[in-house]
Amino acid sequence: MRKHLLEVDDLTPDDVDTLFATAAEMHDVQRRAVKKLPALRGRTVINLFFEDSTRTRSSFEIAGKWLSADTINITGKGSSASKGESLRDTVLTIAAMGVDALVVRHGASGAARRISEWVDASVINAGDGTHEHPTQALLDAYTLTRRLGELGDRHVVLVGDLTHSRVFRSNVRLLRMLGARVTVVAPPTLMPSGVDAWSARDGFATSWDLDAVLPTADAVMMLRVQRERMTGGFFPTAREYTVGYGLTRDRLALLGDTVPVLHPGPMNRGLEIAADAADAAQSLVLDQVSAGVAVRMSVLYHLLAGETA
Amino acid sequence: MSHETPTAPLLVRGATLPDGTRADLLLADGVVTEVGPGLDAGSAEVLDADGLVALPGLVDLHTHLREPGREDAETVATGSRAAAAGGFTAVLAMANTSPVTDTAEAAERVLDLGRAAGLVDVQPVGAVTHGLEGQQLAELGLMARSRAGVRVFSDDGRCVADARVMRRALEYVKAFGGVVAQHAQDPTLAGPDACCHEGETSGRLGLPGWPGVAEETIVARDVMLARHTGSRVHVCHVSSAGTVEVLRWAKAQGLPVTAEVTPHHLLLTTDEVAGYDPTYKVNPPLRPAEDVAALRAALADGTIDAVATDHAPHARHDKEHAFTDAAFGMVGLETALAVVSAVMVADGPFGWDDVARVMSANPARIAGLAGQGRPLAVGEPANLALVDPAARVTVDRDATHSLSRNNPWHGRELVGQVRATVLRGAVTHRA
Repeated sequence: MRKHLLEVDDLTPDDVDTLFATAAEMHDVQRRAVKKLPALRGRTVINLFFEDSTRTRSSFEIAGKWLSADTINITGKGSSASKGESLRDTVLTIAAMGVDALVVRHGASGAARRISEWVDASVINAGDGTHEHPTQALLDAYTLTRRLGELGDRHVVLVGDLTHSRVFRSNVRLLRMLGARVTVVAPPTLMPSGVDAWSARDGFATSWDLDAVLPTADAVMMLRVQRERMTGGFFPTAREYTVGYGLTRDRLALLGDTVPVLHPGPMNRGLEIAADAADAAQSLVLDQVSAGVAVRMSVLYHLLAGETA
Repeated sequence: MSHETPTAPLLVRGATLPDGTRADLLLADGVVTEVGPGLDAGSAEVLDADGLVALPGLVDLHTHLREPGREDAETVATGSRAAAAGGFTAVLAMANTSPVTDTAEAAERVLDLGRAAGLVDVQPVGAVTHGLEGQQLAELGLMARSRAGVRVFSDDGRCVADARVMRRALEYVKAFGGVVAQHAQDPTLAGPDACCHEGETSGRLGLPGWPGVAEETIVARDVMLARHTGSRVHVCHVSSAGTVEVLRWAKAQGLPVTAEVTPHHLLLTTDEVAGYDPTYKVNPPLRPAEDVAALRAALADGTIDAVATDHAPHARHDKEHAFTDAAFGMVGLETALAVVSAVMVADGPFGWDDVARVMSANPARIAGLAGQGRPLAVGEPANLALVDPAARVTVDRDATHSLSRNNPWHGRELVGQVRATVLRGAVTHRA
């Protein structure tokens, strides 16, 4: 496994197998009364979050603590540029304290990569702008694998604000790596630029018509749509978005009651996902959260313990 | 210094002129006094130009010298040294300094700083609008009447986006033969965070982009405003194939529209941003290979008139950010000729006379610089650059006269090196 996890392409299919196998073991630990493992005792993991996050930061924090690492959160809103300090100076200052891993969330795409060029510590990308969020894709695929078995030839449908979604970018890479068929659905204004060339090269399908795609779906992943996008003219009203691209009660019926529904959260109930869908038996939303801790334990373990084991 | 001081005679021995003929050039009192084979040096210092091409001194329509305001990134003096090293004898200094060059006093200050440095003619560009804010016209007429004699006006860095303001500026500068140099980029066609070409690469990287159409629509509008007003529009740093099509149409109509292209847009593509290295963050952005090919063809057929560097030095810490947060721009004065020679001469259709046209004569004509861009002929100003056309140079960003290191050519091999630069008979650079 590489030193850093910056994007899905840092992983090989074998790495993913290894990560999932360890995650399954960690998942079992999660159900024990005493959850702590000594694997990363004495190691220091800093969660360096330049952007607000509750679930991802807590997930990494719990993962680190259950592995007995010293886990510290540092949060700073806004770009370092706005404070007159370069990102390099900010990061070198923190790294100089003696850090084994930096878990980085930043509002700018590529920030984790830049940081990895400056520090000796392992860097884990916990979301960089609209680029990638590789541990989210790992936990999504892990969750799906536990429900569906091998993902080869399974048809996974991703729906929502693809332009601004790092979850989409990581998921499409990982799902393709695992052999799944992928269709991404969005109105044309929320399709990423150059998606035609991109999808042709990477072998996934695109559609503007959710109803045409759903009948063949083996899993549906709904992505968050920010209401602020309306002011950017990406779509006219929330109501119109829901009618076109929301997982409504009617569409849930079209899907049948066995096809799993995922959402990385936080959900906009009533906008991209109806309460009936979010709370349905086939919804894996809470499974994703629980898998998140196990998968992040696995990632921390392999990036940090792996090198000394 | 060299500006008014008489210079000792200089004999340039055995140079190849842009038309391919070989000759000696005798320079005295700031002008070319004799051209021909086997000239008698007399008391003149001899500059051996065997194997070198003599070009008229290069003229850069587009530099950022950062003074006043960001003297840690560049000063007029260091920028002038870099320009001389690049074969330039005149540069136009863009107005987006701090404070902005939007008054006669500010323009004269830049002129005087350039004269004090004495290595190239530093001609200030005046802002089109007060503070580059795009609303109120700057004191265009006072800048034109000042000692600086400003004729080129630009809000470069920003687009004069408001059509009414652009129309009034074009009408107004007619009175003194001015030209508006437009940074063509509709700010409403991309988000405020746009930082690279909008296309497959930006889609994959999750970087907000500028589509080519944001440039093309403004150029199309300005071409029609040039037709309506009969005034001159110059299009800065053309980056897209669509713009080339619009320009070709405008020129076919005989409209008073000129255009420039940068060396980096002639060679580098948007693929460079794949590693999120802000060295390649520039405005307008690097575009796909199809655009690069269209720009080369347009420069070759005259649709694009000139090469201009858009030399944009930045302090190191202003690039040490995530890509979207880092400053725009790259240095280019010292490498411009080598890039043009590599792309347009070694791998392209250009002869050295074409290089002289797009890097000296045309930019001087567009800027209205009477003493620049003249042919190497008797009675003309003794401004020239001596180029070793065969020298292969691996660019080292630390081997520079600029204060900044944001050099996209670092580690690349280019062809063609400036061995000497002469401004009105005085040697301003030797390598």
